[in-house]
Amino acid sequence: MLIVAFTASCIFLVLMIFLCLYRAYVGPTVADRVISINVISTKAVAIMTLVSIIFHKEYFLDIALVYALISFLATIGVAKYLQKGVLE
Amino acid sequence: MILEIISLIILIFGIFFFMVGVVGLLRFPDVYTRLHATTKCDTLGVGLILFSIMLYQGFSGPSIKIGLMIIFIWLSNPTAAHAIAKAAYSVDIPMIKGTVFADQAKEESSSW
Repeated sequence: MLIVAFTASCIFLVLMIFLCLYRAYVGPTVADRVISINVISTKAVAIMTLVSIIFHKEYFLDIALVYALISFLATIGVAKYLQKGVLE
Repeated sequence: MILEIISLIILIFGIFFFMVGVVGLLRFPDVYTRLHATTKCDTLGVGLILFSIMLYQGFSGPSIKIGLMIIFIWLSNPTAAHAIAKAAYSVDIPMIKGTVFADQAKEESSSW
């Protein structure tokens, strides 16, 4: 019964990702695009966890944890590049 | 049965916070206000959805892993939001017209 709700929320999160992609395409400055990609990666972590529960695959949780770590590192790197101009 | 109903209610609240964050990302006029909206989506939305999955799973191995994911996301995502705001402020991305701010953070934001 609750699996149907998990599937519906997966589809809803994918639609929200498309709305975020509109902001990442239009957004007037660099920081708007960085914010939008950060939100998309957070939604991707939630979708991976939901898919892991729906299909009973436990190793998707490890992939979601590593994806959260990589998205955090990417955001920190892009913010530092935006501030300093170089990465060193 | 009662646990499934509580889990469904928490899941709906998480989806609601994601929707609020995306509406704020699309309609707010400025970088900083958009960042203010999407931070709710990062912490409350994903936290409530993962907590709902924890309630559905019960106490098991994957549930502990999901708890670790909640703690990591709650530590890392506000840090990333602060880094983006600091970088956007220090390269003079313009604010919306009519913003009042104190300029003393300008010297502090030049060093990481």
